[in-house]
Amino acid sequence: MKLNVNGSTHEVDADPATPLLYVLRNDLELNAAKFGCGLGQCGACTVMVDGKAIFSCLTPILLLEGREIKTVEGLGTIDSPGPMQQAFIEEQAAQCGYCIPGMMMRAQALLQSKPDASDAEIQVTLEPNLCRCGTHMRILKAVKRARELMKTAAMAPASGERKV
Amino acid sequence: MKFGRFLTGLGALIVVGVAGAFVYAWKPEIAPIKPPERASFDQTLIEHGAKLAAVGNCTACHTNPGGKSFAGGLTIPTPFGTIYSSNITPDAETGIGTWSEAAFQRAMRDGVGRKGVHLYPAFPYDHFTNVSDDDNRALYAFLMTRQPVTATPPPNELPFPLNVRLVLAGWKMLFFRDGAYQADAGQNEEWNRGAYLVNGLGHCGACHTPRNSLGAEKASLHLAGGEAEGWSAFALDGSSSAPVVWDKDSLYTYLRQGWHPDHGVANGPMGEVTGNLGLLPDSDIRAMATYIASIMGEPSAERRANSDKLLEEIKSGPITSAISNDQSASGGKGAAIYQAACAVCHENGRPQPFGGLDLRLSSTVNAPDAQNAINMVLYGLPAASGRTSAIMPGFADVLTNNQLNDLLGYLRQHFTDQAAWTDVVQRAADTRTGKYHVSVRPSDGIERGPSNIGAEDQ
Repeated sequence: MKLNVNGSTHEVDADPATPLLYVLRNDLELNAAKFGCGLGQCGACTVMVDGKAIFSCLTPILLLEGREIKTVEGLGTIDSPGPMQQAFIEEQAAQCGYCIPGMMMRAQALLQSKPDASDAEIQVTLEPNLCRCGTHMRILKAVKRARELMKTAAMAPASGERKV
Repeated sequence: MKFGRFLTGLGALIVVGVAGAFVYAWKPEIAPIKPPERASFDQTLIEHGAKLAAVGNCTACHTNPGGKSFAGGLTIPTPFGTIYSSNITPDAETGIGTWSEAAFQRAMRDGVGRKGVHLYPAFPYDHFTNVSDDDNRALYAFLMTRQPVTATPPPNELPFPLNVRLVLAGWKMLFFRDGAYQADAGQNEEWNRGAYLVNGLGHCGACHTPRNSLGAEKASLHLAGGEAEGWSAFALDGSSSAPVVWDKDSLYTYLRQGWHPDHGVANGPMGEVTGNLGLLPDSDIRAMATYIASIMGEPSAERRANSDKLLEEIKSGPITSAISNDQSASGGKGAAIYQAACAVCHENGRPQPFGGLDLRLSSTVNAPDAQNAINMVLYGLPAASGRTSAIMPGFADVLTNNQLNDLLGYLRQHFTDQAAWTDVVQRAADTRTGKYHVSVRPSDGIERGPSNIGAEDQ
């Protein structure tokens, strides 16, 4: 079946019941999303579907025909990081980093739909995503910085998020 | 001439009738008092009142989530309009600080405020009228020793004539009978205690009994299943949808700990109820279980046999193997969704309350309507703050309404003997838009006040 990931259409040869996470990592070699618990309880596998944050470990690809999937790879590149990535780099908001792609995608989904989300809203929204290193304060700081960077990026598209 | 006399007579009758209605409807103000000192209440009475307030679940309506305990202002949607809960802290200006104990007793017994206004039955005085004078005294002591909070709820949004409180006198005449609980001499003490708690302060029927078009509980369908905050409140009588028959012991366990291995975890508004009951002594919980078990009655031989058979089958583990080859019309897509999204928890064999329930045991999947199943799949069971709790991720952002329909169709076909639900797509759409409002709570349910019963503000 066909999957739209980060703006490109991929022909995927997998059982329709396969969780999206496995297809992303094993078939498409997009390794940002991580396997954490496999139960939708830790958030490491979080990606965006049609602008909403979802657990890719619990989402069979048969649900995703014709829908837009976005992973951290779709937010920018190493040479030209998107505002969310830039903010995490600037705040050095990773310890082991395993939870970070999930954190970024959930934060991205929030700020895309609600650019002026309050600090409290950010905190509540990120609740489903766990960090075992205790990097929470830096992660929150990075998301708040991303909130500002995304606004700047929106005003000056050339330096901002790569359009994919 | 004759006709004129008739008119005069009719007019006089109407005048007398209206006057009579006013006299019936009119309640005197009870003189305000100076808010009593804390020291004027006995500490053990206050503590007893705290437990009773938990049974009454006062905090559920009278505390706005995240707000100060008992300061009111919670939005309560009703089929008739929106009501905002009142401030029941002892603040003299905006709360009940000037209420004497007599005024409080009258509010509980008769549904009348201190100034003589009729209260809306969103305040379940149809149940609270059962509460004894002694228990009301303890509740009064507890509430009058809370932190006073200055807060006035927004005005109710009710259409004419419902915004005229005198109308409530008519409602009461039709549907309300006041009077403290009278023990049934034909039953033992435990049963009577249970009936007192369940039908009085516990006001179980407020959710678990269906209501008529005027919002009153249908007396003939006592505890036959109702509705609460967008959730079906399952039947507690013989028509219970639980696949495993409830009995006194399982009801006790469920009410005591908020879950039971054969029935799953209390969720939706019930999570808050079992959370609150945590304060009660075992004997009171047992009494409630005894009473409810008697309402459920002895199941039919067939129901008992099915229940026993199911418990045997559950012991031999999940039925996954049968699923994987099921490519039947309704089974195909729904089965694949179930296997990828649900089975990892619901078939991993971890025990309750943290493992997913084997759906053969689920009252929700066996229920007469799909609402609770829709709520659970869309919104899941959020984590409780700062304490261990059962959780389930929500799938609202993944599943379309048609996909949800496929999934529920499969669950219903595969895990129950019940007929398919036919209105899932429309119900799900109305649930998402908020046309059908659903409150979503963690399994311990206690997210409204700063602590279990809101007894201490932090």
